Amino acid sequence: MKKIEAIFRPEKRDKVKTALAENGFFAMTVSDVRGRGAQKGIQLQYRGKRMKVDLIPKIKIEMVIRDDDVPKVIGTIRAAARTGKYGDGRKFVLPVDQSAMVRTDEFVSD
Amino acid sequence: MVLDSGDTAFIIICTALVLLMAPGVGLFYGGLVRRKNLISMFALSFAALAIVSVQWILFGYSLAFGPDIGGLIGSLEYAGLQGVGLSGDGIPDLLFMVFQMMFAAVTLAIITSAVAERIKLSSFIVFGLLWTTLVYDPLAHWVWGGGWMAGSGILDFAGGIVVHISAGWGALALALVIGKRAGFGQYSMEPHNIPLTLLGGALLWFGWFGFNAGSALAANGLAVNALIVTNTAAAAGTLAWMAASWINGKPSSIGMISGSIAGLGAVTPAAGFIDPIGALIIGAVSGIICYYALLWRLNRSLDESLDAWAIHGVGGVWGTVALGIFALSGIGGITGLIGGSSAQLALQAVGAVAAVAYAFAVTFMIAKAVDLTMGLRVTEDEEYVGLDISQHGESIYV
Repeated sequence: MKKIEAIFRPEKRDKVKTALAENGFFAMTVSDVRGRGAQKGIQLQYRGKRMKVDLIPKIKIEMVIRDDDVPKVIGTIRAAARTGKYGDGRKFVLPVDQSAMVRTDEFVSD
Repeated sequence: MVLDSGDTAFIIICTALVLLMAPGVGLFYGGLVRRKNLISMFALSFAALAIVSVQWILFGYSLAFGPDIGGLIGSLEYAGLQGVGLSGDGIPDLLFMVFQMMFAAVTLAIITSAVAERIKLSSFIVFGLLWTTLVYDPLAHWVWGGGWMAGSGILDFAGGIVVHISAGWGALALALVIGKRAGFGQYSMEPHNIPLTLLGGALLWFGWFGFNAGSALAANGLAVNALIVTNTAAAAGTLAWMAASWINGKPSSIGMISGSIAGLGAVTPAAGFIDPIGALIIGAVSGIICYYALLWRLNRSLDESLDAWAIHGVGGVWGTVALGIFALSGIGGITGLIGGSSAQLALQAVGAVAAVAYAFAVTFMIAKAVDLTMGLRVTEDEEYVGLDISQHGESIYV
């Protein structure tokens, strides 16, 4: 089992969700987050004056999937969320030890 | 030339009611945009109020209500309010001046719909000054200041032509010049705070009592009639839009309040000439045609973002024409089609068409001129982070 944490542009939320669903991935947790990456936010040129917006709104989705599905999920998110410009976001793959249902305490492996 | 204290007190209060419509528009629009642009949307309405308040004192009032030049524009005789005094017929001339000032301010606030989430603040200030001078002031003169429309008998009780057609059709032209928002049609741009929009709409409904009843310019029966038909048309528009949208899904609260504004906009020109039953029909029809105008705009993927055109523009045309249908001689002295006379209907149609053509064409030219000289739009990055931060250096939710 792996956990995917993907952070990307908020306007791509619906597109990513739809693309994942089309590939059979439904379960996810979505949050509104703010953050910055290697470019330290967005620099606005304001008539000679510089203005920095260093925390930019993003969407974070978290989902737990089977190991074999990692490339597919990573690829689906890229295809849906990419614009090619700085600020497209980041994806992380984390190992998951165990996962249990709250309703039954049953441990599930995928 | 005797002042009436009752009339004077009433119009002072109506002036304050109409003033509240400017922030009302700001809230109404502010809830409809994404949260990164709420402050911008609200601030544009305040900017409109401030720009027009100064322009009107300096020369706007004179252009609109000064001595007529060729039926087209007022002279500059009243520039700086020279000769606009404390006395007057029923109410002081100065009170009439400030009451009219608020109409001009609200009209400029309405047109900000077209540029939501992408206008450069400095360009809006320049555009706004030009627009209120070259579009609003001449139209106000034509209809209310003794210009050619007034001379030929075209009627507009409280601003169907001057306020709603001018702002609505101006917004359409302005939206075509500034272009779509980045990402329009590619991903959803849902309203971020619907209660704000409802509150703004409620303030508009409230302020509209001053707008329409105050246009009687006296505390009399005509003012009471105007107030009642205003409320009736707003209610009918609310229910009609709700019904029309219910057929296509769930009836949204935004649809209901949009229907209220559609009814209010349409009844405005007719409020001094019709009875409550006429208002019921005018409001209901307006709710339905404005709803379909909005759908048509979306299908054509026109980004006149917050629907000043669909609601004020289309509703204003309908109301201006409807005056010629539903006018009753016992109320404003005019007989419409239902009373068996088609003369007024023809006049109203001419007035509506002329106002649409003038507002659209001149707004288009002003917008082009501002766009070519200083640029109407913010940069791509500024639009992306939102106008609250890029234009005002503020953000609402930290």
